[in-house]
Amino acid sequence: MQFGIFTVGDVTPDPTDGRVPAEHERIKAMVAIALKAEEVGLDVFATGEHHNPPFVPSSPTTLLGHIAARTERLVLSTATTLITTNDPVKVAEDYAMLQHLADGRVDLMLGRGNTGPVYPWFGQDIRQGIDLARENYALLRRLWREDVVDWEGRFRTPLQAFTSTPRPLDGVAPFVWHGSIRSPEIAEQAAFYGDGFFHNNIFWPADHTRRMVQLYRRRYAHHGHGRPEDAVVGLGGQVFMRRNSQDAVREFRPYFDNAPVYGHGPSLEDFTEQTPLTVGSPQQVIERTLSFRETVGDYQRQLFLMDHAGLPLKTVLEQLDLLGGEVVPVLRKEFALGRPATVPDAPTHAARVAAAAAPEGVSAP
Amino acid sequence: MKLVAVSAGLSTPSSTRLLADRLAESVRDGLADRGAVVSTEVVELRALAGDIANHLVTGFPAPRLAAAIGAVTGADGLVVVTPVFTASYSGLFKSFFDVIDPDALAGKPVLAAATGGTARHSLVLEHALRPLFAYLRATVVPTAVYAASADWGSGGDEYADGLPARIRRAGGELAALMADRPARAEPADDVTALEQQLADLRFD
Repeated sequence: MQFGIFTVGDVTPDPTDGRVPAEHERIKAMVAIALKAEEVGLDVFATGEHHNPPFVPSSPTTLLGHIAARTERLVLSTATTLITTNDPVKVAEDYAMLQHLADGRVDLMLGRGNTGPVYPWFGQDIRQGIDLARENYALLRRLWREDVVDWEGRFRTPLQAFTSTPRPLDGVAPFVWHGSIRSPEIAEQAAFYGDGFFHNNIFWPADHTRRMVQLYRRRYAHHGHGRPEDAVVGLGGQVFMRRNSQDAVREFRPYFDNAPVYGHGPSLEDFTEQTPLTVGSPQQVIERTLSFRETVGDYQRQLFLMDHAGLPLKTVLEQLDLLGGEVVPVLRKEFALGRPATVPDAPTHAARVAAAAAPEGVSAP
Repeated sequence: MKLVAVSAGLSTPSSTRLLADRLAESVRDGLADRGAVVSTEVVELRALAGDIANHLVTGFPAPRLAAAIGAVTGADGLVVVTPVFTASYSGLFKSFFDVIDPDALAGKPVLAAATGGTARHSLVLEHALRPLFAYLRATVVPTAVYAASADWGSGGDEYADGLPARIRRAGGELAALMADRPARAEPADDVTALEQQLADLRFD
């Protein structure tokens, strides 16, 4: 199982002192956070992609390429790559290039994006979001799997005798997760292709997460990729920790109350009860995270949101010390207990290359 | 058969709730005349006001609100009653229907009603409530019931029936619609269409 963090890259005033980091400072902070993730033993760093303020990460492969050069083990991913408004040809090229530079430590999570104006800014129509996600991904897959592509679709100019370069490293495309919160169409898409499904459950009750993951697992088996428990599942999470749980609540409350997504709504107490948000001691975070397995079954990737809502870099780095030093080692041990040997590991480039070379009948996600 | 009455009254006791109860009783009587047994649940939006505001902010319902939404979308018929605020339904009333899936009430029999201090606002039923439920593709019964304060202490006149007669007429109309409505089958996850749409994109 893999543990990591994802960032949305928001520039948010610190509600405790009103300080707003400059874009430059925030971008450098994202790099520092990624390097820290590797230092404390986490497996994955994923960045969001946004094309409007107050978010800075419009160019994920630039950021991830820079981080790749400064890390050794960390898997670099996205949360999410906009499959609707990006040209799938450019996605194929950019992420294949990144895959080479990072020696295979790359996968990506596709999402539609829910910011209305981004669609027209990039020449698309939000009402066709699902259709765009389907067609663009169908083309992306072909560009990575076929050396020469002839293609015609609804949403972009046709391609005749097109070869996307560089070809994927070792002839194996980056692993793809399909991220969705509420669209069964996307769970079905992940199942159809036998790809991973990431449910970013951080703002949603467990019941909803259970239904979406169950649908994906059932359809994964329906499409002949294996048993439901062989499907590849990732979940989000959101935590704030201090040794003493009252200290964590006191310190995090102003950030929660003013957070861009859920602030000025429910109380911290109600929100922690109804969603995966956990504010407390490392032990509380461990217990809460372990309970996710009861919701979705044994799963492959757990990503935490650690750096949003105006939290200062220093605080985020302290959080990562706790996450990597005290929480994740216990989670690795506990999640391994009772996990059937047949449940697949999280996908890695090395395992996928080995599977591609293996004789028929042996497979890996 | 399940009847749900939604009341957006804010005071306790409230004339909006009183009207909702009277209308529900009238629907029950109308169904009893047809030999149908109905269970009634009243959803008081006042108790859900905070949850409704939070849903607008977070995008998901807290458990109590989720239960209320489930009751409304699962009902065989609805009685919906709002006080008139500033020339329309109350914001709380509208916000509750704002957080319900826009397709969830399609085809559902609805009786619309409102309360107010003066009968001068009674067309709010036709100008505000009826279009709202038409947009949701609900089936709104022809008689909508407006109860002004004075209606609770007077009978009809030469131009209109008194409140009890209007309640009886509207309740009878909703009962008729509910009785004629075929039992609903539980919808299954329809993923076959989604599968076909993906298969159509397959080139290999």
